[in-house]
Amino acid sequence: MPEIATPTDGADRSAAIAAIVAARQDMPGALLPILHEIQDTQGFIPDEAVPVIAGALSLSRAEVHGVITFYHHFRQHPAGRHVVQVCRAEACQSVGANALVAHAKQALGCDFHETTADGQVTLEPVYCLGQCACGPAMMIGDQLHGYVDAKKFDALVAPLRAAAKEGQQ
Amino acid sequence: MSAAVTTIFVPRDSTALALGAEAVVKAIGQQAAARGESVQIVRNGSRGMFWLEPLVEVQTDAGRVAYGPVSPADVAGLFDAGFLKGADHALAHGLTDEIPFLKKQERLTFARVGITDPLSLEDYRAHEGYAGLERALTMAPADIVQEVTDSGLRGRGGAAFPTGIKWKTVLGAQSPVKYIVCNADEGDSGTFSDRMIMEDDPFVLIEGMTIAGLAVGAEQGYIYCRSEYPHAIAALEDAIDTAVATGWLGDDIRGSGKRFHLEVRKGAGAYVCGEETALLESLEGRRGVVRAKPPLPALEGLFGKPTVINNVISLATVPIILSRGAQFYRDFGMGRSRGTLPFQIAGNVKRGGLVEKAFGVTLRELMFDYGGGTRSGRAIRAVQVGGPLGAYLPESRFDVPMDYEAYAAFGGVVGHGGIVMFDETVDMAQQARYAMEFCAVESCGKCTPCRIGSTRGVETIDKIIAGDQPVKHVKLVRDLCDTMLYGSLCAMGGMTPYPVLSALNEFPEDFGLATNPAKAA
Repeated sequence: MPEIATPTDGADRSAAIAAIVAARQDMPGALLPILHEIQDTQGFIPDEAVPVIAGALSLSRAEVHGVITFYHHFRQHPAGRHVVQVCRAEACQSVGANALVAHAKQALGCDFHETTADGQVTLEPVYCLGQCACGPAMMIGDQLHGYVDAKKFDALVAPLRAAAKEGQQ
Repeated sequence: MSAAVTTIFVPRDSTALALGAEAVVKAIGQQAAARGESVQIVRNGSRGMFWLEPLVEVQTDAGRVAYGPVSPADVAGLFDAGFLKGADHALAHGLTDEIPFLKKQERLTFARVGITDPLSLEDYRAHEGYAGLERALTMAPADIVQEVTDSGLRGRGGAAFPTGIKWKTVLGAQSPVKYIVCNADEGDSGTFSDRMIMEDDPFVLIEGMTIAGLAVGAEQGYIYCRSEYPHAIAALEDAIDTAVATGWLGDDIRGSGKRFHLEVRKGAGAYVCGEETALLESLEGRRGVVRAKPPLPALEGLFGKPTVINNVISLATVPIILSRGAQFYRDFGMGRSRGTLPFQIAGNVKRGGLVEKAFGVTLRELMFDYGGGTRSGRAIRAVQVGGPLGAYLPESRFDVPMDYEAYAAFGGVVGHGGIVMFDETVDMAQQARYAMEFCAVESCGKCTPCRIGSTRGVETIDKIIAGDQPVKHVKLVRDLCDTMLYGSLCAMGGMTPYPVLSALNEFPEDFGLATNPAKAA
């Protein structure tokens, strides 16, 4: 499964957003499906999408903005190539999630909601992935991992960053 | 000559995937090809014995034989040992159905889970699937509602409201348009039963929602599933497509002239959307802000229309009630808690997983007889039952039967049946702080006690942890909890005090206070 689609830019992106909105604007409760599709295809929800959506759904721009910012899942800026979500919830805490979180931040050199300096990995907290008997759990893109300790974290994350370095050379 | 085809089961459940099931499938395929063995790999659901995942099962004349946890490196050895004939091996557990963890369960809602291929309608039909809907198609709506009422089924999302009563209200509401909404926003830590139903037996949820539609006169259903569950969403969408293609959903269900359509809608990472009115707001395309009740969703719900909104497990339990009858279901359980609950044993546990048992089982049985104690091997200190809004329980509560009323009597919460075990290294002041922090992150912001109270709670508990006048600040936290308990609009702010107060009451020493020996009694 692809991590996050390569964001298109300029005219391509505007056309893509317009097509997504046009295809869904008549659905009942269309706003979340539209936002999901934009984020799934563009990697984030660009500011330019807000007036387009507002116009199509007869909402104010403030209402659309309010929805985008209410939900943790939606992002207004591009993420790194890979999004790493580490579970912070109680079941994972009981088997060392707090230590894993500390390690992840230290290893990546960034805090939650931030991206590594090389632009490869965005670190996000998540409150339960439903893997509560096999924690600590984390998800890279749509790929789940259980029993994650510092060593397993490094083994999973290192290739993501190494591949990027090779790609840049 | 080529031998008969051997059927091998490797789960597609996301826990199995998280622990490497895909690589195991690949390794089995490669080994079989290299050895000229003829095998068919079925991607079943998980049996719910997560410490054994990836659990590989082999079909033999005697039954399915279990091997696990299997890593790709084990596969060659399994072939060498003759696992295709069910031979012994270091990872062998004998017949799957005879494993004590499974054998002693009472699986009604989870009857098929782990046994069938979740995406195979044929498998579903061969295991009593759609028997409930077939019966419902011959019944009057009021009789379906009565059957559900008589079964004693109560909402499994946590509030435990009688499902039949809710349906009766919607049936009686006068409106040409009504909706069935499934609350699949399973955000409680320590719970995964909704996820398992959606990934491992999606047709049972589709069937349950279709029956609900027939019962109340609704022709459109929505499953609101959290975005953190991509595998569940994919399985549901696949199963819905199959149901539509085979006439189990659509404008003329199996030639009955009855209509029911179903759609999956994806959440966006907001815990509060598990609250039913916030969920409806979200489905309508707004911020997940809680609505004041009344009006009840049963009368003015989705898009202002009468709406049945039920949890995944409630709806997935309806088919067996219809196929076996209300009496069959209500014969399980105790007191006013009828039937079974799929408990989820999680956290610091040796043998974690899904245990469906009749109400009345105790925490001690679940955590020790099934769970085998802690994974760390240390003593259990606290157990959070019922999700992030549930109380932390000390050992003195381990023998209370799991029953909605028995738990409510001491301020406990059965909730969605999640059990999160903590060993003696846990710091309960930190857990209390986390409960407030979680509420601050996830509050919808509509009411002040929840929005502001949670932030002040974090700050005040931080002072206690720092040793700054703990007695005074504990008093302040208790006062704050009182305001949140009685002044919040919904359970988010209204129940966050449960874990906080239980930590204070049962584990005062972690807050720099003297222990209270009376609490142990």
